[in-house]
Formats: sequence, structure tokens, C-alpha cells
Amino acid sequence: MSVLILAEHDNKSLKPATLNTVTAALDIHSDVHVLVVGADCQAVADAACNIAGVSKVLVADNAVYEHQLAENVSKLIVEVAGEYSHILAPATTTGKNTLPRVAALLDVAQLSDVIKVEAPDTFVRPIYAGNAIATVKSNDAVKVITVRTTGFDAASSEGGNAVSEPLAHVIESNKSRFVKEQVAQSDRPELTSASVIVSGGRGMGSGENFALLDGVADKLGAAIGASRAAVDAGFVPNDLQVGQTGKTVAPDLYIAIGISGAIQHLAGMKDAKVIVAINKDEEAPIFNVADYGLVADLFDAVPELETSL
Amino acid sequence: MKILVSVKRVIDYNVKVRVKPDNTAVDLTNVKMSMNPFCEIAVEEAVRLKEKGLASEVVVVSVGAKSCQETLRTALALGADRAIQVDAEDGLDSLSVAKLLAKVAQNEAADLIILGKQSIDSDNNQTGQMVAALLDYPQATFASEVVIESGEAQVTREIDGGLQTLLVTLPAVVTTDLRLNEPRFASLPNIMKAKRKPLDVTTPAELGVDVGSNVTVLSVAAPAERSGGVKVASVAELVDKLKNEAKVVS
Ligand SMILES: Cc1cc2nc3c(=O)[nH]c(=O)nc-3n(C[C@H](O)[C@H](O)[C@H](O)COP(=O)(O)OP(=O)(O)OC[C@H]3O[C@@H](n4cnc5c(N)ncnc54)[C@H](O)[C@@H]3O)c2cc1C
Ligand SMILES: Nc1ncnc2c1ncn2[C@@H]1O[C@H](COP(=O)(O)O)[C@@H](O)[C@H]1O
Repeated sequence: MSVLILAEHDNKSLKPATLNTVTAALDIHSDVHVLVVGADCQAVADAACNIAGVSKVLVADNAVYEHQLAENVSKLIVEVAGEYSHILAPATTTGKNTLPRVAALLDVAQLSDVIKVEAPDTFVRPIYAGNAIATVKSNDAVKVITVRTTGFDAASSEGGNAVSEPLAHVIESNKSRFVKEQVAQSDRPELTSASVIVSGGRGMGSGENFALLDGVADKLGAAIGASRAAVDAGFVPNDLQVGQTGKTVAPDLYIAIGISGAIQHLAGMKDAKVIVAINKDEEAPIFNVADYGLVADLFDAVPELETSL
Repeated sequence: MKILVSVKRVIDYNVKVRVKPDNTAVDLTNVKMSMNPFCEIAVEEAVRLKEKGLASEVVVVSVGAKSCQETLRTALALGADRAIQVDAEDGLDSLSVAKLLAKVAQNEAADLIILGKQSIDSDNNQTGQMVAALLDYPQATFASEVVIESGEAQVTREIDGGLQTLLVTLPAVVTTDLRLNEPRFASLPNIMKAKRKPLDVTTPAELGVDVGSNVTVLSVAAPAERSGGVKVASVAELVDKLKNEAKVVS
């Protein structure tokens, strides 16, 4: 019994989500391997070898894998699956895109967004936007699981000494081709691993007004997030969306500004350690989950917050 | 081009979910049910492709007990041509649903299969990917734009870092994200017309698919409640609390 983890990376660096997934894997079994699929991704493989608790790193490094297309990666995983009792990936868009394909090819179920390991066959996962928590037991020979990273601490990125093993076999589908990517560039911390997040909602009124949040975020070293309404209105790009169908975050501090607190939004952020809400409507449901609520017009409160931090 | 759209009947997204006191499941008695919002978007996209003259027929399919016929009628009222109910117990796992959908897609010789990216009840986000794997079709998940051109679909996908565009050959599987389109409302005349559109019923046995699962639900519990905290009177008080009480700001 060993656990295989699909590494989350962009060919240059290993993403922190992988570290949380390693912790989940170690809760299952002590023999944890990491698979790195990419192109020119040696730096990622090296980083994976250094993760404390990882004993082996499989590396499929080929131009074909540059964009980690699910058609190819899923078949590659199935080729090495024989040795493993569990196959894990972080519940990122890459993990969610790939692992269900792996499960179907192996004719087993896939468990999504696991937040706790009860036993090697028993797992906890939120359903109904986090309004119910299911404990499920799987008798499948191979358990294929995506891991919600907020449920697990990050394993140490140092101290490991895994052996690395190349995977030479190349799988290339001619049915899917990468065309282009628009990746948002930001100097701020990544939303899903930030310890402080300042999020804006429809109440921000416009994209220009989102600049108000920058001052606060700068002072706190925070990432910027948003509600779906703010994304839909075109104030900010989609990769900032927090919620049931966006990103799940669990920072030490989450400041919700001009966000009403719909269940779909709460689903993505209610595990934050401390929640602050600034909203001019004292009845807004966000106040039911906020540790500190300030009923105020954000256009007064946010500039004042910036200067008093 | 023939499009197959799969739609699921789920608890309405506005309903406050309650867990049964015996912690076995979510209480669905007398609860408003609707079409999964992502499936509405899938139907809308298919109907728009037909209206643009790019699709010849839009077939909708749902796997579930008789009540899912309501959801199929809604899809017909939104513009789908024909419906198929795969009569099975509600709550089958995604792999079983995917096997049934894959079989229907084969029987129908569908060129494009559109599903929602996620059911808002199970929050699985996996059925579309599984259908694609079972049929060895390419997939374009979490779509925010779909362009059909000479036997291929160019799809923009919402990914964690931003947007990615893929070109997949047909037949292919696409799953919808929220910004793909804004679904229309069904007009009264279309709701009436939908009653006369064909709705066939089939079964897993007729489709030759064994349904079952190795996964059992041991319990369904309510999440830990977050106790609402305090209201602060001013920004100054807020900053003071964050620094000295919560100690999350230095
Ligand atoms: C299937 C589905 C999935 C969804 N997924 C998500 C998701 O992942 N994430 C998500 O966020 N939403 C999601 N939603 C949408 C969700 O239901 C809400 O519509 C959305 O979260 C509302 O965003 P909001 O709070 O910014 O806007 P609103 O609900 O419009 O709230 C705006 C708030 O701003 C306040 N405000 C306005 N002006 C000011 C001011 N000057 N000063 C202070 N306060 C002010 C108002 O009092 C109000 O409370 C989903 C919906 C569906 C159907
Ligand atoms: N019982 C079902 N009947 C029809 N379609 C379904 C069913 N279950 C899931 N789907 C489809 O698969 C999508 C993703 O669902 P899921 O993988 O359960 O999150 C949904 O939006 C539907 O399009």
C-alpha cells in the first residue's frame, strides 16, 4: 500500500497545494510518492524530492506534458496506478479536471474535496456547499481522491530526501490541443495559500473602486478576493472568485467588504480563523459569521482602515 | 451536429439545507427542487448553438426517479427538442451516472455532450470528466466560452490561474462554468409546447449498464456552527480588536 500524489505546479515551481496534499497522504499511509508531469520541470521534481515525508518522485518530463492535458495525464497515471492503494491530487482546477478521468479509467469512484482522513478507507467531505458534512467509506481497490487543501496543514518543503525516477513512456492524445492561456499576473500572495485576504463584492460598485482594497491589502500583505457578483459584473477576473464554485480559502484573517454573505460565498471562506465584515446593511447575513462586524459605508471605512493599519 | 445535454434535479440553490436529526442525509421532504444551475447553463448553450444553426438537435437526459421528468420538461421548455429519462434511484454515484450517460451518448451518436461542471448537492465536479474518459473523448471542463468550427470546439476554460483555451475535436465533452451564458426564462407558450415534446423512458438494464457503488455514506452531519461575533462601532475599534484581541494584525 502506497499513496501517489499528482503534483500541482506550473513547470517552474511546485505549488503549496501539493504540500497540504502530502499531509493528507501521510494520514493514510507512510509511503508517499509524488508524480510530476510537465515539461522542463526538473526544478519541480527537485522541490518534490525535498518535501518531508515523500519517499519517491516519479517524473514525466516531456514537451507533450507542458499543459498537463487531462487526456494524457490521466492515462499516464493509470499506467503507474497498479502499485498504489490511493491516488490523490489537490482539489485545484487541474486536480478536478484530471482525477475523475483516472477514476473512470480504473472503474472506481472518485471522492472530491476530502477535508479529513478518518481511516485509510473512510473520509470526510463537505456537500451542499458545506452545509452538510458527509463521512464516506470506500471499498474500491484504489481510492481516487481530491484533497481540499484548507483541511490539512502544509507538509514541510524541506527535509525530505526522496529518490527520483523518470517515466519515459509518452502519451499524446491528438484530440485535444492547447491554444493559449491568460494567466493573471500579480505580486500578491496566491489566494488559496494567503494568510490574509481582503475580498470585495458587488458593493464595491466598479472595477476602479477595487483599487481601494489595494492599500489595505498592501499593508496586510494580503491577497485580493471577490464574490461572484463582483466577478460577474466584470469588476475583477474570475480567478479571484471565492465560494462554492470558486476557490476555497482558510486564511487567518478574511475581510469581506461589500459582500452580503450568500451561502455560496460562505462555502468558500467560513473556515477562516477570523472573519471581518464591512457592510452598510446591518441585516446582511455575512454578520452572522463575522467575528467582527462593522456597519459602515465602505467608501468611508476602507480608506480609514488603510490609514489606521 | 447533435448535442446531448445532461440535467440533474437538485435542491433549489436558495433553500437553506437541513441535515436530518438522525444524521443519515439531508432532509429533502417538502423542499423546493430545481434544475441544477450549471445544467441550466448547459441547456442554454446547446439551444443557442441550435439557434445559430450549428446544431441539428438538442436531446436532454436525466438519470433519476420519475420526478426528474419535471426537470426534463423544464429543459424542453427552454428549447431542447427531445428528452430521455434513465429511470433509476436518485443519488447514484457519479461513475454509474457517467456510464449511463456515456451509453446514451453512444446510442444517440451525439457529437457534443454538455454537462454542468458541478452538482450543487453532491458538489462532486466529476461526471463530465468520467463520461469523457469512458468514451475516450476529449474534454473541456469549466467552460466560459464555446466556439464550434469545422468539427472542432474551441473552448475557454476557467482555471485557478486565469483562463485557458483548448481546441478539442468532436465528439467531445464540455462542462459549463457560471459565466458561459445567462440562461433564459421559459415562456408560458414554450412551457405548454414542452408538454407535447417527446420524453422517452429507459432503464439501466435496457442500456446494459450495471449500477452500483463501493462507496457508502456512513453519516451526514451539520457543519460546526460559526458563532457570529461582535459588532464594532468604528474602524479604530476594529483595528484595536484585530491587533490586541484576535492578534491577527501586528
Ligand atoms: C450555482 C451558484 C454558484 C454560486 N457560486 C458562488 C461562489 O462560488 N462565490 C460567490 O461569491 N457567489 C456564488 N454564487 C452567487 C451568490 O448566490 C450571490 O449572488 C453572490 O455571492 C452575491 O455577491 P455579493 O455579496 O457581492 O453581492 P450582493 O448580494 O449584491 O451584496 C452586496 C452587498 O454590498 C453591500 N453594500 C453595497 N454598497 C455598499 C457600501 N457602499 N458600503 C458597504 N456595503 C455596501 C450591500 O449591503 C450588500 O450586502 C453562486 C450562485 C449560484 C446560483
Ligand atoms: N443524475 C444525473 N442525471 C443527469 N445528469 C447528471 C446527473 N448527475 C450528474 N449529472 C451531470 O453531471 C454534472 C456534474 O455533476 P457532478 O459530477 O455530480 O458534480 C451535472 O451538472 C449534470 O450535468
